[in-house]
Amino acid sequence: MAALAFLCAALWLLGVSSPQSGAQGDLVQRGRALYEDGCSSCHGLDARGIAGRAPSLRGVGEQAADFYLSTGRMPLDRPGAQPVRGEPAYPPDEIRALVAFVGSFGGPRIPVADPARGNIAEGRELFTENCAGCHQVVGEGGMVTRASVPDLKQATPRQVAEAVRLGPYLMPPFSARQLDQGQLDSVARYVQYTKEPEDRGGWGIGHLGPIPEGMVAWLLGLVALVLTIRLIGERTTE
Amino acid sequence: MIPRPHPTDDAVRFVDDRLGASKAVKKALRYVFPDHWSFMLGEIALYCFAVLVATGIFLALFYSPSDSDVIYRGVYEPLRGAEVSESFGSVVNLSFDVPAGLLIRQTHHWAADVFVAAIVLHLLRVFFTAAFRKPRDVNYFVGVTMLGLALVEGFLGYSLVDDLLSGMGLVIAYSVLMSVPLIGAQAAVLVWGDAWPGSPELWPRMFIVHVLVIPLILGGLIATHLTMIMRHHHTQFRGPRRTEHNVVGTPLWPAYALRSLGLAAAVVAVLVLLGGLVQINPIWEWGPYHTADATNGAQPDWYLGWLIGGLRLVFGYEPVVFGYTLVPNPFWGGVAFPLVVFGILYAWPWLDRRRERDQAHHQLLDLPRDNPRRTALGAALFAWVAIVFFVGALDRIYFLLGVPYEGQIWFWRFGIFVVPVLVYFVVRRVTTELSVGRARVLRGWYGQTVRRAPGGGFEVLTPPDGAAPSVPAPEGPKGVTDTELGRVINALTATLNDQRPERLDVDRLQSLVTDSLGGEEKLAVVPDLNGAQVLDTRGERLADIRFAGGAWTVERAVPARDELPASPREPTRGEKARARARGAWRKLRP
Amino acid sequence: MRRRPPGQDEATTWEREVPRSGVMEGLVALLLAVAGVCAAAFAVLYVLDASTQLLGLSLGLAFAALAAALVVAGKRVVPQETAILDKPPLPDPEEREEVRELVRDAGEGVSRRGLIVGAAGVAGCGLGAALVLPIASLGPGADARLARTPWRRGRYLVDEEGERFGPDDLALGGFLTAFPEGADKEEVGSPVILARLRSQELDLPPERRGWAQDGVVAYSKICTHAGCAVAMFRYPLYPPQTPPPALVCPCHYSTFDPRNGGERTFGPAARALPQLPLMLDAQRRFVAGGPLSGRPGPSYLTVRK
Repeated sequence: MAALAFLCAALWLLGVSSPQSGAQGDLVQRGRALYEDGCSSCHGLDARGIAGRAPSLRGVGEQAADFYLSTGRMPLDRPGAQPVRGEPAYPPDEIRALVAFVGSFGGPRIPVADPARGNIAEGRELFTENCAGCHQVVGEGGMVTRASVPDLKQATPRQVAEAVRLGPYLMPPFSARQLDQGQLDSVARYVQYTKEPEDRGGWGIGHLGPIPEGMVAWLLGLVALVLTIRLIGERTTE
Repeated sequence: MIPRPHPTDDAVRFVDDRLGASKAVKKALRYVFPDHWSFMLGEIALYCFAVLVATGIFLALFYSPSDSDVIYRGVYEPLRGAEVSESFGSVVNLSFDVPAGLLIRQTHHWAADVFVAAIVLHLLRVFFTAAFRKPRDVNYFVGVTMLGLALVEGFLGYSLVDDLLSGMGLVIAYSVLMSVPLIGAQAAVLVWGDAWPGSPELWPRMFIVHVLVIPLILGGLIATHLTMIMRHHHTQFRGPRRTEHNVVGTPLWPAYALRSLGLAAAVVAVLVLLGGLVQINPIWEWGPYHTADATNGAQPDWYLGWLIGGLRLVFGYEPVVFGYTLVPNPFWGGVAFPLVVFGILYAWPWLDRRRERDQAHHQLLDLPRDNPRRTALGAALFAWVAIVFFVGALDRIYFLLGVPYEGQIWFWRFGIFVVPVLVYFVVRRVTTELSVGRARVLRGWYGQTVRRAPGGGFEVLTPPDGAAPSVPAPEGPKGVTDTELGRVINALTATLNDQRPERLDVDRLQSLVTDSLGGEEKLAVVPDLNGAQVLDTRGERLADIRFAGGAWTVERAVPARDELPASPREPTRGEKARARARGAWRKLRP
Repeated sequence: MRRRPPGQDEATTWEREVPRSGVMEGLVALLLAVAGVCAAAFAVLYVLDASTQLLGLSLGLAFAALAAALVVAGKRVVPQETAILDKPPLPDPEEREEVRELVRDAGEGVSRRGLIVGAAGVAGCGLGAALVLPIASLGPGADARLARTPWRRGRYLVDEEGERFGPDDLALGGFLTAFPEGADKEEVGSPVILARLRSQELDLPPERRGWAQDGVVAYSKICTHAGCAVAMFRYPLYPPQTPPPALVCPCHYSTFDPRNGGERTFGPAARALPQLPLMLDAQRRFVAGGPLSGRPGPSYLTVRK
């Protein structure tokens, strides 16, 4: 009798001491179902990847899964294509489930970046030194040979942190020793800023520099002036 | 009768009293400007230059030409604490702290972009209407030189700011100078004062060249350009009363002066509106330049886009002999390409003269379609430059449309030679078709000859062999051409308008009018003051010119030979197609 | 002799039309008033330190109204005249003949023309050479300045903040910009870019096998094409289907392979990126093992020497 009571108490205690495990377990199960549906054809039913098609997801962690899914980069249309940002294929709760599932194999957790704690001047400097070569100095994106580089206009601070630590697709990763938490906060703050930089000169025309500027000079400035001289001058010889 | 006093009389008297300039002023006020709108493109450039000087003076008073490091402590937060050069800092402060500073800075930069664009359009107009022909080829050289100087001036201007974008451009300029074979390294170190980043004196020197040396040269060249135009008088398109020996248009005073001032005000308006409403070169967003920094998507200002295209396009090869690098790679796109283009531009009047075998002076312009070969060659050259310009932005095409960059580069490595050739043939065909349709309608006509029937309507004359009958060319004396008649009328008008009736001298008028015919095989007889007759040397009357009812009438006794319809020719493909289209349209219309 | 009758240099009127339109005159007055009001608005806005947009709009509209007023006046208010000006031909044969004589007269009495011309030619060549000489004298100076490099064996590498660092600071596939400790960061020879690859990926030339540490390689960051910073590093997360590792320059997209000594794989650069040999000190921090493998920066005559 006492042993039974002890057993019940122990079981109850086990249930109380890990209250998430039940809910978490459900999430992982849900994630597994979604995974088998939408991801296993490339990443394998056991998430160990399929050679030549997709990498193993064991050990990539919640960090990678959340980044790729929340930015809509996964699932890919076809293996080998460059993952590009798009509408996420899953609603947020399903993403959480998939993330939990992938995370259940271990790996880095979702990193945090808090723009409010960052220093924008430090962020600008770090971004210019490490990111501007590919992403353009105010995050308008661009090109590297054989790949396009996305703009950062829709990147949330969490996604910035994930990308920085992960180094998705062709992007290099930055470890916590290279960019510590404070620096990451600053970079995230700067990226937030670049979504609406200080355009005190007027219409920003894409923050790309001379290409849109030249188009404005010709298509607005010169066209206006040519129309003016057509008004002032004669159009025939009469 | 004493003339009524007018408020401007005092000014006129002042000028004459103190400067004795009445004759010069009269000539100036009555100077005639042909008023086709395309002749005002150069004026747009001129007024842009005026805006550049005015705004530039303001900017120069705030700019500090120095590469000493300072810590930015101004209002723009993302730059706080950053190590920047004094130059960069002074321009950021001008943009943020000086009232109207950013407006004037942006107006200045827009003015530079529009300045070069207007010069390019003006050059295209001059080229395709053949205004560069004698005696204006020297003026054309002045213009091409001004274009080259404008490119350098603009580059220096935006490089002075020492921001990330322009700093990248400056190191590329350094590399391009170094790429000149054999002497490049010495030249670059000479100009920069040291290896990159150069000596501190570079910045005050760039500043002085930009605000003093080149503007003075440009100002002098502009004055030369305008003086020569005044000496040669402006060219004009063909048209009524226009000959190779006159200028028809609007006198400077009052109409043309007001219109030109209006254009000046419009140029200022457009540039100031752009300067206030559209952001250009937001250097606080780019940040300062450092040798170890770079940004994606860096481009030079538009008028140097052809050079970045050249630099990006060339295959990565450098000939090396005994360890000496004979031709560093940037040479082809950065030095050889612009030298070839400018060389062709400078040589063009001479090439055109040789091609046309034409050494004469010209006052009348060609329309582009009047000279298909010249227009096609010009279009091909322009296409070549435009393609290389376009190549400079292929990464944008890849980013927006997904076309692979390497593929595009390889395509255009061959395309820049193939496409201009295609353009040449296409343009030549098109302009030939256009010119055949328009000029000398009766020369080589095609159609039917009809004769009015006595009872109304008409009957078609068909010759026995089925071809349309031709009007035979007349024998006998050559008639008077339109040009000669024009000259006679001009001479008559000039004299008749000018002379007071009591001073008119029929004999003098007659010698004048004969002179105007150029002393060829024709002479003029002026029986009275209402007209003239043109005779050939045998005394045959060729044409009668009379002034009656407020207009000149011309009666030709003998038609001019070059205006006679020749035998009909086969319609061209274009004409057949248009006729078919017209026929189809008529059927469709209700 | 051709006598010019009075006034042939002046334009004669072909036709002249006087508009006489009160409406147009009123329009001109109105436009000028608008211009004045806008200009006054600009003055007020300037004093109030208004935004660039408002300042530009007010001043621009003032000039636009002024432009409209002037054009309307020039086309619809003042008398419109078409005039014809006869141009005398430009060359003047009589005067030209006189000038020709004048110029030739300078040589009157000169008997040894050939001698003088020859001597002038010698002087011209000498002066021309003398003007060009200063560039040549920079020869050894220029070459020495360009060959100067702050890298030598034992020099520590420091990051952008000036701190020494080691391979453990770099994630696999990461990159970092470094400088010689204590040197001028703006010199072409200073910046280097370190990239961490897998040791198995590396395929360095035999004499450079020891130049990498833990898969980290270092190259000059300054492109050998036109001097821009090679600020892009491409490293695949999943190698089988992605482009291989590369250092790419954003200016003209010269692409270099960090695995085999910085050889150029695409783009207009014609030389490999100079490589810096790396060593580690006792605390596993990076130290240069010697100078760069070649001259950094853009090419010139002696760059490969």
